[in-house]
Amino acid sequence: MSTALAESRPWKRPPLIRNAWLRWALYLGALVYLLAALNSIEVNWERVSEGLAQGWSFAQGFLAPDFLTRSRDIWRGMAESLTMTVTSTVVGCLISVPIALGAARNIAPLPIYVVCRAIIAASRAFQEVIIAILFVAMFGFGPFAGFLTLSFATIGFMAKLLAEDIEDINEVQAEAIRATGANWWQVINYGIQPQVLPRLIGLSLYRLDINFRESAVIGIVGAGGVGATLNTAMQRYDYSTAGAILIMIIVIVLIAEYASSHLRKWVQ
Amino acid sequence: MPVTTVNGSPIWQRRTALAQWGVWAGWLALAVLFVLCWQVMNKNTIWLFVEDAPRQAADLLARAWPPRWSYLDRLWGPLWDTINIATLGTLLGIVLATPVAFLAARNTTPSTLVLRPLALLIIVASRSINSLIWALLLVAIIGPGLLAGIIAIGLRSIGFIGKLLYEAIEEIDEGQAEAVSATGASGAQVMNYAVVPQILPAFAGITVFRWDINIRESTILGLVGAGGIGLQLQSSLARLAWAEVTVIFIVILATVVISEWVSARVRAAII
Repeated sequence: MSTALAESRPWKRPPLIRNAWLRWALYLGALVYLLAALNSIEVNWERVSEGLAQGWSFAQGFLAPDFLTRSRDIWRGMAESLTMTVTSTVVGCLISVPIALGAARNIAPLPIYVVCRAIIAASRAFQEVIIAILFVAMFGFGPFAGFLTLSFATIGFMAKLLAEDIEDINEVQAEAIRATGANWWQVINYGIQPQVLPRLIGLSLYRLDINFRESAVIGIVGAGGVGATLNTAMQRYDYSTAGAILIMIIVIVLIAEYASSHLRKWVQ
Repeated sequence: MPVTTVNGSPIWQRRTALAQWGVWAGWLALAVLFVLCWQVMNKNTIWLFVEDAPRQAADLLARAWPPRWSYLDRLWGPLWDTINIATLGTLLGIVLATPVAFLAARNTTPSTLVLRPLALLIIVASRSINSLIWALLLVAIIGPGLLAGIIAIGLRSIGFIGKLLYEAIEEIDEGQAEAVSATGASGAQVMNYAVVPQILPAFAGITVFRWDINIRESTILGLVGAGGIGLQLQSSLARLAWAEVTVIFIVILATVVISEWVSARVRAAII
């Protein structure tokens, strides 16, 4: 750059996209999409202004939560949610470990790898709620369907992350164990398991947390848990009970997050 | 390292006897907890229904197959709505989450005593409530429709984007900020020339990642009346029209796969 130019023109930050045409075309495209998308929203402003009064009464309900009037329903829902969370996390993690072993390319042969990756993809493709709809249709209403849903969802999540972790291990340690004449099982147990166990525990605690949050939702489609209680409370415009349930969910998630971060520190 | 002697020769073990007992006690406690939870959970389970499940599943499959492809024509509108809910919701989430993230990051927050805990509380509250529950509340408040879905997705996104973004802000290289402020730059200029360029790639990555998750979540918001393809799903389920449900599932699956592919490509290009 010549000094004359540098003197006459202040420095400007180079744009993110060099090609001016492409840049403006992208901006224009984004603008057109935004207008089209905003245009597709139909808002009934009368309904909204009416609803804001309801929003205010909800805020009041949230500030003055009522744990007592429907305490039996709340406790039943909470008990279902919590037990569902624990059982599905345990079962899901137990099933996900062999699948994760099969889905790690460095220890599994190709045919097994493909099958395990297909299982993971199938489990991850759909929202928990959609799976819950199917399981409720097959197994009837109640927490058992919820337990199956959460276990199924846990398998995909855990197996995928654990398999990636197994693929990232330090090969030297596994090789050292193999060099002592260990068989496949011993290599897994002494060469790989110690390297991924802290992560496995961390992941299962994280999944416990997610499963609790999901268990509060799948009740809306009939799979048991506190979501059903919440849905009923909302439909009855019983906002103080709904507020109480939401506060309980937030508090439990907070406790779980705090406890799991401590446990993870302690394990690693 | 714990070594015991058996028949005169030393045997290596991974843990001391006490640690081994501790581990066993932990596993035992977990097993007991599992059994207890299982019993409480299944107190009201009707096992007859569970045993009947394979027959039900076969019945369901027979009714769901073949998919009623003619129904596809009526899904394009709801699908467009779903994508709009996810995209506009993500935009709303970004707009709301960015200031929260700057307030929550230790190195940019104006006050560690008041504003930082408040911002962290907002992030936690938003993260712990699923978008379907947000939608349930918003449908009751502002009525059914796209707007409720967009706001629900936006509120849920605050926590995710805010958390990842404030962690990215806390991890920036302070040297660059110092260098810019050494030239006599104001606080806003330091922000603009030293902080923002460093977090921009992370920001773009987080946004696209969240958009991908939001596409997934917006497909079901209609179940509680918040617009999109979920509304269609709800009505087909209510009519037990499983052949239509299959078509909807296939459309959702295709959308999710495409959005995941797009998000992976964009993230690979940015980072």
